[in-house]
Amino acid sequence: MFTILGYTSEISVAPGESMTCHVSAENDQRYQARVVRIVNGDCNPLGPGFRVVHVPTAIDGWYNGRRQRTDAGSYMVARNIAGMRQAVAFVANVWPTLPGWRLPQVVAHLATADGSVTLGIDAGALVLTVNGAGGSQSVALPASVLLEREWLRVVATVDPAAQVLMLEAVPLRIFPLLRAPFRRSEALTVPFVPDEGGDFYLSARPLTDGTVGHHFNGKIEAPTLLTDSGMGDMATARPVPQRLLSHIMAAWDFSREMTGTTAIDVGPRRQHAVLVNLPARAMTGSNWSGQSHDWRQAPLEYGAIHFHHDDLYDAGWDAAFTLTLPADMPSGAYAVHVHAGDNTEDATNEDYIPFFVRPPRHRGATSAKLLFLAPTNAYLAYANDSQVLVDRGAEIGMGRLLVLQHADVYLHRHPELCASLYDKHADGSGVCYSSRLRPVLNMRPRYHSWLGSHGSALYQYNADTHILAWLEHEGITFDVATDEDLHRDGLGLLDGYRAVMTGTHPEYHSTAMYDAMQAYLDRGGRLMYMGGNGWYWRVAFHADLPGVIEVRRAESGTRTWESAPGESYHSFNDEMGGLWRRIGRAPNQIAGIGFVAQGFDLSSYYRRRPDSENPRAAFVFAGVRDEIIGDFGLVGGGAAGVELDAYNKLLGSPPHALVLASSENHTPLTMLTPEEFLVTPAMIGGDESDKVHADMVFFETSNGGAVFSTGSIAWAGSLSWNGYDNNIRRITGNVLHRFLDAAPFAAPGAGA
Amino acid sequence: MPYRIDPARDRIYIDEFRHDVIGHHSPGLQRVLNALRRSQDGRQLVILNTLPFRRWVLAWLPANRADDIVIEPQHQFDSREDAEWYVFCRRWEAATGEKVDNQ
Repeated sequence: MFTILGYTSEISVAPGESMTCHVSAENDQRYQARVVRIVNGDCNPLGPGFRVVHVPTAIDGWYNGRRQRTDAGSYMVARNIAGMRQAVAFVANVWPTLPGWRLPQVVAHLATADGSVTLGIDAGALVLTVNGAGGSQSVALPASVLLEREWLRVVATVDPAAQVLMLEAVPLRIFPLLRAPFRRSEALTVPFVPDEGGDFYLSARPLTDGTVGHHFNGKIEAPTLLTDSGMGDMATARPVPQRLLSHIMAAWDFSREMTGTTAIDVGPRRQHAVLVNLPARAMTGSNWSGQSHDWRQAPLEYGAIHFHHDDLYDAGWDAAFTLTLPADMPSGAYAVHVHAGDNTEDATNEDYIPFFVRPPRHRGATSAKLLFLAPTNAYLAYANDSQVLVDRGAEIGMGRLLVLQHADVYLHRHPELCASLYDKHADGSGVCYSSRLRPVLNMRPRYHSWLGSHGSALYQYNADTHILAWLEHEGITFDVATDEDLHRDGLGLLDGYRAVMTGTHPEYHSTAMYDAMQAYLDRGGRLMYMGGNGWYWRVAFHADLPGVIEVRRAESGTRTWESAPGESYHSFNDEMGGLWRRIGRAPNQIAGIGFVAQGFDLSSYYRRRPDSENPRAAFVFAGVRDEIIGDFGLVGGGAAGVELDAYNKLLGSPPHALVLASSENHTPLTMLTPEEFLVTPAMIGGDESDKVHADMVFFETSNGGAVFSTGSIAWAGSLSWNGYDNNIRRITGNVLHRFLDAAPFAAPGAGA
Repeated sequence: MPYRIDPARDRIYIDEFRHDVIGHHSPGLQRVLNALRRSQDGRQLVILNTLPFRRWVLAWLPANRADDIVIEPQHQFDSREDAEWYVFCRRWEAATGEKVDNQ
């Protein structure tokens, strides 16, 4: 179905820099690789047509392909455990989320020279197994002991000297459902030597094929290795009681160094462990009181980590080749094109692996006046969006049949590529981290999304190529940078450009990004907001791990999962997550408008409003006499659609902003976002609610700057209509050319 | 309680759908479509685009992600609109026991 795919080590590279390309040829077939510049990724024959341009580089050529494997699932591993004596006991608080899963799960696994000790869940039952030189022996507690999403203290003991194999579970909440026995003990008959130097795994175990598997799904708190079980009832206390210290081999405290990937051992031996594939941190523990929602304020109540078998940070594929960019490579959108044959109805035999060439890192090295800011955070948020595969209400919401591509079928068959920030893990908890160090199959030219409205069905990356194609058509020189660049470089990235242009859906921003954009506007910068639902969710970048963002779906918003109580603060940086609107910085403060509604069936049009006759906006409508704007387009048949933003002074829309046009006549399935109401109103669809509309606004900012906002994701899909001869293209062009003009915008009333 | 389609009362919406399979639907048709589109068994009928903007084939997403997608190769379409109409008729018959005229 999809026979070749890959990812790059970087999403944004400067001329002269290098990145590695990671390719899996599913049938071990040979393939060709080359670099292409992306002009238009839309295959719709009603548009200008798919177009890429070959850019010769040193990677041009044939390669021997091979299939690569992705080992998903998060876990903790501590190497070379020391401190072993005659016995070993493992104690932890455990909160299983898939206790009845069809596959065995490992809570803890200790390897020794001659065998292993494994605490796992099999067919819903807790099982302690010892593998020794002479065979194996298990002791189990009945499945009735293990309740989904209920805390349980588990004590597992192997004591060869006393010849005891014991498993005990202490429910931290008592229910009538729970049935004794909670303790099973047998005489240990398998020879077992608890020697030093073994590896200890939490939430998984190594398998014979070299992978790590049998991942546990759920939270684990205060995992502790003891030299005996005599004090197991207090072993999960943090800080560790003084009188317990002499019995401890390792006592990990997950409330320490929350932002990192090291699990801190607070025991005397400091046997710190590594957390692999980003299990969820800043998770409430068994003792969470609800008094604080900020883990930094009450760290001891955040001593749990949530592990999932479907966590993934870095697919870790071997590099197929390294691409070093020519020193004079123009900034722009590019892809590594890997091609293993012509596409057929049954198979897609090529992949376009996108990356962006940013301007050189030293200031003053570019002559472009325009910067296109590729919303890579949003691409990452939707990376491998799997809702179409599992959400059985999706067709009703879309108002049309769900359309799959070969890439979606591949993703269905390869869940190890993991999901997006819109998906839930298999255990129902929300996916709060998303990484680009894996193939992201829906961030591609040629990809037509089930979410994109009828017509071209474009969304996110590929929808943004409509803007790139238009800029090419206009002959505009522009640079491209990404959200990662803006987060890292801040205002310095934007400073010097006359105008910054967004993509169609710049939804996810870190605080550093938000601050940088605000500072740019305050200094007289010009912003063209070419989409809808921008500056909506706050995200966090990891300080050390590249290519991954975090979101917490706190409090409100259009969201497919919500953060659990107490888990609204990012683990990466301890900021409150959620909507910028809920943090007091609604998108209206940046763009003059903010998200109000969405619908994925058909788009609509704008009607000019009296403000469009204001002399301040004369440049916008030069050559445009139409009252109706954008009643055409490749995305839903109109320029106003998919996701819509509107003016709202109460949320910070500038009082002097001109509302130039507003959309109308939206479909019933274009509905209000929940933060727009409190009690559910009877009329939330576009056929009944007048709040369901997009506003096109313009306003001047301090120091000669200005903002133009379209308020619609579908806008860019109308640019190319009728051979680029239409009022959307003309308005957009008028604004861009004026924004690139150095002449300052006068503040309203100034000089009047 | 989910709406249950009454073929005698709801037949009037068939023509509306036939003439405009995607878009501005009346509240009555929308109610019928919501009922028809509700998954009964955890599976999901979809169309797989096998040639961009040229061909689509009917397929079933399974109730369990671990199971594979099942394709109905005998049901291929040259447009999404054709697929919408075919699926509507098929679901109507399954819901009411009556065939849609002039399929």
